[in-house]
Amino acid sequence: MEILNVSHLSKSFGDLEVLKDISFSVHRGEVLSIIGPSGSGKSTLLRCVNHLETVSGGTISVLGSNMVADGAYATPAELRAICLKVGLVFQNFNLFPHFSVLRNITEAQLRVLGRTSAEANRRALSLLDKMGLSDKIHAYPCELSGGQQQRVSIARALALDPEVLFFDEPTSALDPELTGEILKVIRDLAAEKMTMVIVTHEMSFARDVADRVIFMDSGVIVEEGIASEVINNPKNERTRLFLRRFSE
Amino acid sequence: MLKMLEAMLQGSLISIEIFVLTLLFSLPLALPVALGRMSRSRLISGAVNVYLLIMRGTPLILQLIFVYFAPYYLFKISYDRFTAVIIAFVINYAAYFAEIYRGGIESIGLGQYEAAKVLGFTKTQTFFRIILPQVVKRILPSTANEVITLVKDTALAQTIGVAELFRVAQNASARQFSTMPIFIAGIFYFLMNWLVSALFTRFEKKLSYYR
Repeated sequence: MEILNVSHLSKSFGDLEVLKDISFSVHRGEVLSIIGPSGSGKSTLLRCVNHLETVSGGTISVLGSNMVADGAYATPAELRAICLKVGLVFQNFNLFPHFSVLRNITEAQLRVLGRTSAEANRRALSLLDKMGLSDKIHAYPCELSGGQQQRVSIARALALDPEVLFFDEPTSALDPELTGEILKVIRDLAAEKMTMVIVTHEMSFARDVADRVIFMDSGVIVEEGIASEVINNPKNERTRLFLRRFSE
Repeated sequence: MLKMLEAMLQGSLISIEIFVLTLLFSLPLALPVALGRMSRSRLISGAVNVYLLIMRGTPLILQLIFVYFAPYYLFKISYDRFTAVIIAFVINYAAYFAEIYRGGIESIGLGQYEAAKVLGFTKTQTFFRIILPQVVKRILPSTANEVITLVKDTALAQTIGVAELFRVAQNASARQFSTMPIFIAGIFYFLMNWLVSALFTRFEKKLSYYR
């Protein structure tokens, strides 16, 4: 079942065309990894799908509902409902510093989904347990390591039960030793068949966890296919060049 | 002596009233002013900017005189002096507080807004639940500065004939050929500000649980 469909998406900043005619889809339970050099438009693509950027043209639909159709956006109310099905984990976590770990995870459940505080707490506690942070419930983000903060932010996104979860270079702000704990969490989620789209520079991780990989360069999708095939035997010369730098 | 102290106590109550009422109105009023200054509408931000320039660019003592006498010269309306003092202080202090708020609001990173948006918070929720609490913490030191200045500025109310503490002290000192009353007034301002900074320090400590 198709969860996300993007077709002919384009995005320009002034005269600069950052995304050109991007089309792809994500199916339920699938892990898609987007790789490519800096400035290739990976993050912008992710931001467009999460409605942090306004597209210049094209269609994005989530579970059949159009967020934007041929460049025309849905009404604000529809948009809000559609965007809630899409979660995002940021590179810099962006936790709310004035809220405890628990409240970071419950606040949106209470204010946005209208859950009761008992429900919200139960959900938060079970997610924190899964993230191995049960002892940090009442801590504040500034008291946590980067890896712990990122796990809280993953729990915060999962608490709203998104249909698909996006990761924007989730380990780029972390020390190499902390990277592993985040990758493990994502691996566990993949094992539970969580639908995910991961923008990453961790090639071996992309190969091991992702079902499919998209390689982007200069705003276009250069190559797309089964993760292990694209990363081990890229067909496109540009992909080969990019991946060679990683294997060295 | 006792009579003088009684009169000064009366005067200090007036000073405290000016202080409290000014804060009561100017602190909230500064928020829409700050938002107006940051408005995307050129008309609104331009108008607010003119207001800020006038309030911060002319002496408070002159504004006091203007607020009290202008209605009389323009419309032959005269009104309560104390009310005029409060109006002048409120619109003046709201300008300073607004600029402090603006600095605080602009210092919050874009990531907080984006995280809130992705989680589905409305703009109002984002501002009041996510942004504003963090702003309060950041602007506390500069707000304390302004509040301390306000304590001392209350002495300007005498310009339009409101007998606050300093005026009473000056009168008493003229009558007694002594600077003692003025010295006592000095002690009052000092103690008052001691209290103000102690309160702010406490408030800052209370918010120090996060960075």
